[in-house]
Amino acid sequence: MKEKEIRSSAKERKKEVMTSLEELGTTLYSQMEKGTFPWIEMPSRSIENIYYSPELRQYVLGDKRTRRSSRNIRHIRPFTQLVWAAYFTHELAENRKTSTLRDVYYSAQAYDVSFKDQQESNSIITDLETVADFAREDFNVFPEERSAIFGDLTIEYTVPGYEGRTLNLTSHPDGVMIGPALTSAEFVETKADKVIVIEKGGLFTRFIEEQVHNRFNSLLILTAGQAPRATRHFIHRLNKELDLPVFVFADGDPWGMHIAMVIISGSANTAHLRELTTPDARWSGVWATDIEDYKLPSEPLTDMDVKRLYELQKDPRYKGELWEREIKTFLKNRRKAEQEAFSRYGLTYIVDEYLPAKLEKAP
Amino acid sequence: MTEVFEEISAADFFYRNRDIAGFTNPARAIFSSVRELVENSLDASELVRAPPEIYIRLSYEGEAGPEAAIYKMRVEDNGSGVPARHIPSAFGQVLFGSKFKLKQARGTFGLGGKMAILYGQITTHEPAYVASSTGTLKVYSYKMMIDIQRNCPIILDRKIHVNNERWRGTIVEFCLKGDYFRAMTKILEYLKQTAVMNPYANITFVDPKGRLYKFTRVTTKMPPSPKETSPHPHGVDVETIQRLIQITPCKNMLDFMKTHFHRVGETIALRFLWSTGFIERMDPKSLKPEEMDRLLEAMKKSDEFLKGIDMEYLRSLIETTGCQDMLDFMKTHINMTDEIAVLRLLLLAGLIKTKDPRKLKPGEIVKLVRMMEQFDGFLPPDPSCLSPIGEELLEAGVLKEMKPEFVAVYQRKPSTYSGHPFIVETAIAYGGNVPKKGDITLYRFANRIPLLYDEASDVSWRIIKDINWRRYRVTPDMPIAVLVHICSTKIPYKTVGKEFVADRPEVKREILNGMREVARQLQHFLTKQEHIETERKRLTTFSKYLPKIAQFSTELAGKEEPPDITELLRSVRRFEREGD
Repeated sequence: MKEKEIRSSAKERKKEVMTSLEELGTTLYSQMEKGTFPWIEMPSRSIENIYYSPELRQYVLGDKRTRRSSRNIRHIRPFTQLVWAAYFTHELAENRKTSTLRDVYYSAQAYDVSFKDQQESNSIITDLETVADFAREDFNVFPEERSAIFGDLTIEYTVPGYEGRTLNLTSHPDGVMIGPALTSAEFVETKADKVIVIEKGGLFTRFIEEQVHNRFNSLLILTAGQAPRATRHFIHRLNKELDLPVFVFADGDPWGMHIAMVIISGSANTAHLRELTTPDARWSGVWATDIEDYKLPSEPLTDMDVKRLYELQKDPRYKGELWEREIKTFLKNRRKAEQEAFSRYGLTYIVDEYLPAKLEKAP
Repeated sequence: MTEVFEEISAADFFYRNRDIAGFTNPARAIFSSVRELVENSLDASELVRAPPEIYIRLSYEGEAGPEAAIYKMRVEDNGSGVPARHIPSAFGQVLFGSKFKLKQARGTFGLGGKMAILYGQITTHEPAYVASSTGTLKVYSYKMMIDIQRNCPIILDRKIHVNNERWRGTIVEFCLKGDYFRAMTKILEYLKQTAVMNPYANITFVDPKGRLYKFTRVTTKMPPSPKETSPHPHGVDVETIQRLIQITPCKNMLDFMKTHFHRVGETIALRFLWSTGFIERMDPKSLKPEEMDRLLEAMKKSDEFLKGIDMEYLRSLIETTGCQDMLDFMKTHINMTDEIAVLRLLLLAGLIKTKDPRKLKPGEIVKLVRMMEQFDGFLPPDPSCLSPIGEELLEAGVLKEMKPEFVAVYQRKPSTYSGHPFIVETAIAYGGNVPKKGDITLYRFANRIPLLYDEASDVSWRIIKDINWRRYRVTPDMPIAVLVHICSTKIPYKTVGKEFVADRPEVKREILNGMREVARQLQHFLTKQEHIETERKRLTTFSKYLPKIAQFSTELAGKEEPPDITELLRSVRRFEREGD
């Protein structure tokens, strides 16, 4: 397996983010110097302005733009909060600190621009993402929920105190948490040639025990349910920077199917952002047809499941032969199965039989 | 009921039925005593049109059982005073009084003060002390008790003092059993509301703990005295008739009706008495010769057409007629169709016979009252006998006792319900000392007396509950008081307790419209307040946030000095002034 030339992106990106925030400040400053009430224009995130782009295979914002002016009494408070958020995240970046959405909510109080609730502060951060065209993780605002990675990838930290230190991600058998430090790390080298994404912790551990990373020469990522944004970005980077194909394994029900879809095409909430999706990633299971083919122990679909399937049928992201066929099969058989259902054939069956078949079958 | 009247004295009757007059328990009794004496004093002051000065003192005299004590109560006023010869009866004989004519007055029973003294005597066996002067050179004082069985005063002591200062007024002092501490809230509330309704009165109260409560007048202007009128037939009760027949000089019912009732003339009196059977039937065959003469005479005087009838013809008609009553007779044979014309003619001929009102039996009195209530031929009463407080004084009273941020008052035009005139006055107060209790505070008054009990049963309460207050920008957390005053010669109380007003449609409509009017005025005020508040918030918002935007932008842009935003802030202010 040949070693790849790895392109570093993390450092450059930080610089771009800082510049973007500084430019925002400069714009507002000169508006005020000219004697006008500062204002900002940004793409509208209202539901009518969210479209699905078949080319990008994700939701995008349309041409509609909104203008926020501090002249407007209803806008001035959120406007101030937005400028504060820009200032605050700039400070974070400058001091190389990270924080969470919850931190942001509380930090505002020190500047007397307090938020009514968490919801309000989250929405301001989303505004900032839209205005500056960067994801909040780029502003060092990270989610609480954490997922993990395991496999032969060497990274180099950029976080304070660890600069230059490298780590091979096989070094801990429980996997390494995909937190701020890992997200901002540079990729140094890898021998893996694919990424396998797994929904559940139990299976992730089994895969490590069964040496899947060696046997299939892959990196293993645990999403622990719906993948956090930082993880989706990380998968995106593995796919784009290291050119690794991505395979997603989740439960065989509409919810598991959607975990795969969000990794592939993202969600409507992030229509203003790019680089959170991996359009070439593949959903590898558990399919509705797998339940038939492998005679997996299954449970009947609940009313909620069925309702969700009908919704997905109408969703533009679910266009395509595989998706349409699987939704139909679910609706026809009215059965679902978890990843653990393979254990009825023995604990290693999933690794010995199913996984190779699936990876091979993938186009 | 009628039997009771015959067998026991009036004093005894009211003693046995003291619940009706508000002497149910020690707490209620002490409240009612204060109330009755204060009302008497206010009435006495108004009689001489002197702004009232009333002093009330309750002092503790000793224990009386687990939940009551003996108190000495003293009430002084600067009212008309009582002429010396009337003092014993005025304070020691139930149903004695000078008011045989009716006007809108306060006292709920016309015997309130006496009831209080009677109650005091029954519970303490102590005599009452009364001193009074009409402003002459003498003050008369009496120590006395009431002989309950015989309903008459027993004078224990009588003194005459020199009155060089020409003091005028009345002092009443007596002991009673009561529960002051349970009645305290109601008494203070009563005095406060009385002060609202009588802004021209000085009221001083010293309670048994020696605490002083002072309600000071803000004006010496008093509302015009109500004109005294006779009672309207629709408004009388058995008690009124009984009092009237005791004093009337009239010897027949026709004169009785004409003399003592409001807007009752000969025609109406005749029609009423005839249709209700109070005119005795008279068989034409029983006419005596002189009566026939008088009849022919009367016929000649009253109508050209009847001049042709002579004695011969009249006799022949009487002999052959089948009619058993003079009225039928006249209608059938003399060709008179108008009943009233016949009755007038018979009256002229002296052929109308009615009872002597002074000899009416209790059963007949009850019948008379019922007939008066039902008869629909009486003229509607004249509202000039009413005495509303008036918008100016009402406003002064509310401002004085509640010190609100806003007050609106309104007086409705006179209206009537089943023949009784009434006027509704309303006020609304917002903020200041108006209690904030999560609901609108209601103050009810009937003929200027505060009504403090059974609020939830009162028509005004129901009207408040039915009004959609949000329409007037009123929310439950606002400190708002609504005041309703009904004055009438007969307040439509729902029960004998006389504490709440029934929902007669006419009364309800007037109260509702009165409340709506003041509510609309409050709405204007609240809207304006809201506007001012919004503008204030707007300015505060700009001056809070704009400097912050400048500060954060300066930091982000890496500049040394923040941009000058004074001009921007000034532009907001200028805009505000224009928009105002």
